[in-house]
Amino acid sequence: MAAKKITLNRRDVVSRILKDRGDALLVTGLGSSTWDAAAAGDHANNFYLWGGMGGAAATGLGLARAQPDRRVLVVTGDGEMLMGIGSLATIAVAAPENLAVCVFDNQHYGETGMQDTHTGHGVDLAGMAAAAGFGTTRTVWTKKELEAAVPTLYEQKGPVFVTVKVNTDYVPMILPMRDGTAIRARFREAVLGDKAFD
Amino acid sequence: MAAKARTKKAKSPAWPGEIFKTLKDNDIAQVSYVPDAGHAELIRRCHADNRIKTTRLTTEEEGIALALGAWLGGDRSALLMQSSGVGNCINMLSVIVETRSPLLMLVTMRGEWGEFNPWQIPMGQSTQKSLEDAGMIVYHVDEPAELAETLHAATQIAFNSYRGVAVLIGQRIVGFKDWRK
Repeated sequence: MAAKKITLNRRDVVSRILKDRGDALLVTGLGSSTWDAAAAGDHANNFYLWGGMGGAAATGLGLARAQPDRRVLVVTGDGEMLMGIGSLATIAVAAPENLAVCVFDNQHYGETGMQDTHTGHGVDLAGMAAAAGFGTTRTVWTKKELEAAVPTLYEQKGPVFVTVKVNTDYVPMILPMRDGTAIRARFREAVLGDKAFD
Repeated sequence: MAAKARTKKAKSPAWPGEIFKTLKDNDIAQVSYVPDAGHAELIRRCHADNRIKTTRLTTEEEGIALALGAWLGGDRSALLMQSSGVGNCINMLSVIVETRSPLLMLVTMRGEWGEFNPWQIPMGQSTQKSLEDAGMIVYHVDEPAELAETLHAATQIAFNSYRGVAVLIGQRIVGFKDWRK
């Protein structure tokens, strides 16, 4: 079987997805996903991980369980998701209706020299999420599929899992704030108001 | 009486209930865990309490990330594990330290007091040092009577001083695993 061609650009994808974010809360996985979110425009409802590889989806779960009335979106990369792959089982069993996980899958470790990840060698992240018990799973290859997937990220009963296949074209590195205490404090204030400082 | 068991049988010791009450008194809204026999009663109680959101983990480091997310959303949480699981957590603890977020870990010890399984010794013996090296504040408790008070103090440090804290529940409290059964 010939490999499908990957055409989507990650920055176009992140811009399209976050255009519809409304008041959704965003957690980004370390590396390219964090730079992508920054490139789409800084926002107080963004929580940028710069470390803790493998923890993005589980961070989203803790947040989703704490804020059941808010939509929570996790955007992370394929390498980061693979490192925390067990969290797909944890999320599926916890079954948060307000959580969506979106993986930007370029089939490479982008921050460390573009080594291949497992996803370019047959590992199907959406298939793993489905097998774990996610009710809605998609793999997106085209603009049209992306358009159809965006509403599921924000409106479909969770947990939702979407993998978007993105290419490895050069994109400029856009860095958001990086002081973890500042990122945490700003995000909590945005979510909790004055209660953040109780 | 000659055959009096040296193993702590403790059919239903009071301390799991005391831990549960201390967690409730301190408004713990989320609990996550990888099971340990020493935490079995506490896990049952958490699942039975519909005001605690209880999350089963596949590995302990998920619980660190989950605790961060819970705090971002305004929930206090606790993470239960066995000492062997501490080794799975080290890198993830960096997110707690770097964001200066609370973390409350309750760790039941293996590989120390009277351990039967030699494979438990390496991690059990390095549990406290590993946690301290990773930036956690650690309390080791060997007296059941001191457990609730220590946990309460740890909760204050975690949620009022925004730090990662681990309470190690000594194998002397949990009891030997009786391999004859």
